[in-house]
Amino acid sequence: MKRLHLERLANPQLLALAAVLLINWALFPNFFRITWQDGRLFGSAIDVLNRGAPVAILAIGMTGVIATKGVDLSVGAIMAVCGAVAATMVVAGYPTPVAVIAALAVGLACGLWNGFLVAVLDIQPIIATLVLMVAGRGIAQLITEGYIVTFNDPALIFIGTGSVLGFPMAAVIALVLMILVTLVVKRTAIGLFIQAIGVNRAAASLAGIHSRMLLMLVYATSGFCAAIAGIIVAADIRGADANNSGLWLELDAILAVVIGGTSLLGGKFSIPLAVVGAIIIQAMNTGILVSGFRPEFNLIVKAGMIILILMLQSPLLGHAAGFFKRDNKRVVSK
Amino acid sequence: MKRSLRPLAATAVIFIIAYALSVFQFPGMLSTRVLGNFLTDNAFLGIAAVGMTFVIISGGIDLSVGAVIGFTGVLVAVLISWLGFHPLVAFVIALGVAALFGAAMGLTIHYLQVPSFIVTLAGMFLARGGASVITQDSVPINHEFYGMISDLIIRLPGGGRLSFIGLLMVFIFLVGALLAHRTRFGSYVYALGGNPISASLMGVPVARTTVQIYMLSSTLAALSGIVFSLYTSAGYPLAAVGVELDAISAVVIGGTLLTGGYGFVLGTFVGVMLLGLVQTYIIFDGTLSSWWTKIVIGVLLFLFIVLQRIIFAASAPGEEKPEKA
Repeated sequence: MKRLHLERLANPQLLALAAVLLINWALFPNFFRITWQDGRLFGSAIDVLNRGAPVAILAIGMTGVIATKGVDLSVGAIMAVCGAVAATMVVAGYPTPVAVIAALAVGLACGLWNGFLVAVLDIQPIIATLVLMVAGRGIAQLITEGYIVTFNDPALIFIGTGSVLGFPMAAVIALVLMILVTLVVKRTAIGLFIQAIGVNRAAASLAGIHSRMLLMLVYATSGFCAAIAGIIVAADIRGADANNSGLWLELDAILAVVIGGTSLLGGKFSIPLAVVGAIIIQAMNTGILVSGFRPEFNLIVKAGMIILILMLQSPLLGHAAGFFKRDNKRVVSK
Repeated sequence: MKRSLRPLAATAVIFIIAYALSVFQFPGMLSTRVLGNFLTDNAFLGIAAVGMTFVIISGGIDLSVGAVIGFTGVLVAVLISWLGFHPLVAFVIALGVAALFGAAMGLTIHYLQVPSFIVTLAGMFLARGGASVITQDSVPINHEFYGMISDLIIRLPGGGRLSFIGLLMVFIFLVGALLAHRTRFGSYVYALGGNPISASLMGVPVARTTVQIYMLSSTLAALSGIVFSLYTSAGYPLAAVGVELDAISAVVIGGTLLTGGYGFVLGTFVGVMLLGLVQTYIIFDGTLSSWWTKIVIGVLLFLFIVLQRIIFAASAPGEEKPEKA
């Protein structure tokens, strides 16, 4: 299941990213030009990191969920709810840390709710998270009372638009989160447990894994990540837009995870590669924009990408490749 | 459908109680006008939900419905207004395109053995992107045929009016119910949702049925798009965003089991009416904002899922449901 260390650098995700970046560079020669201005880096490549951060953060949480054979459709709605909580609390005069912690707590609670439905009530993940996906934006509207709540709190705005050592804050948060979650998953047995549940939940439970606790944990993490992404997006536009914040981002996050090689059938997952997947998606977005194509092409390119990945992942191709044992890896990693 | 009619009965009872309470509060809601508008306003959702019912009974899900509605609206509008086709010709072309689209999704789902969820997600991107590439603006339709169809109404006593599209939805529901419960295709769909492996061992043509299910769903979504274009007299690429969620909600509220193998087409009708009731109530009330619609639908969805859990846990003790991706 695990790739060999030698193949780490040549895995399909990084090759795909390199290809997308090269195409961007060919279409728009200034793509990699990075300038230093007002104490931060500017350029299309930096922009990719900055804009890709929310989806990357969602993808970090989503990877765990998909690895357990689930899916979390509610992350976009949770983003809207948490952005709304942070914005209204700041406007109401609470100190920024309190508002941020409250928003994160709400995200965690939303995640626990999803986890409760999936783990305890045994509801199919798609449907369990659909409840919050439908109701979540309504709740966000309720919190903002139907307005786009705008704020001027410098500390909160810094989360969305600030910079650390010249790099955009959002990208730094995504990077730190990715490292933290990856360490927890890789250095403890949690990663193994998640894989076990994804492969066969009944067997994992029989083997003594607390599958309920773990599923709750996985969905709670996803909700927490969504809260972070929601705060970043709200801080970026200096306002909480209950209708549009995080709209359809759950689909981008799922796509990022799938591009990252995590199997939708559970069991096999990689968090850093999911983040690479998010960057690939954003690099395509930015590439289409800067090279002057209409943004609508984006959707078609994404659809084409999903179909390509499905074909590469499909068991059918696996069988076909099985005949050419040696070439197996190369065919799959085209 | 023989095992238990309780979810269907529960939905119907909840609808009647909810309607009675609404009427109690706003006597004006008990009029043929409101009832007629129920049908007209939810026609496109209802037609799409029929297709979704088949998909969900077969154990799958179709996320592309809203996008297909949007795409069809644009295609029909462009064919009629820019290229001068007769609306009926445009309708046939749109339905044909959608059928091919559905067939492609069905083939992908069956032969690549991937979850329907991700394939129809790609379909959603493709249809929505395709519509936006054709045009980004709303394309108005000014054809006498459209005017003729909007004039086709049956007046009811009390000022109510049954529109053509409302009746079309009822007709589609009846045909859908016959198809699900009285034809071989219907039995295949139930068998596939119950357990695809046993179904194929019993001789159900799994590949053909899967393709037909998604063709049906996309074709009905296209019909729904045509109805939507009749309703709004325009085609807009961003029309009907999120309708797939409403359709799934209606199907679930109507008592269809999301794990597949169990459900009713007519239950979906009650589900659509219940969603319509929530919207109408909020309009009648006037002080509640429209975002309450979403919250109420979410709560209803949750209640029905839990209800199904309880009913099935009670009626089939010890029966392990196979896990679905």
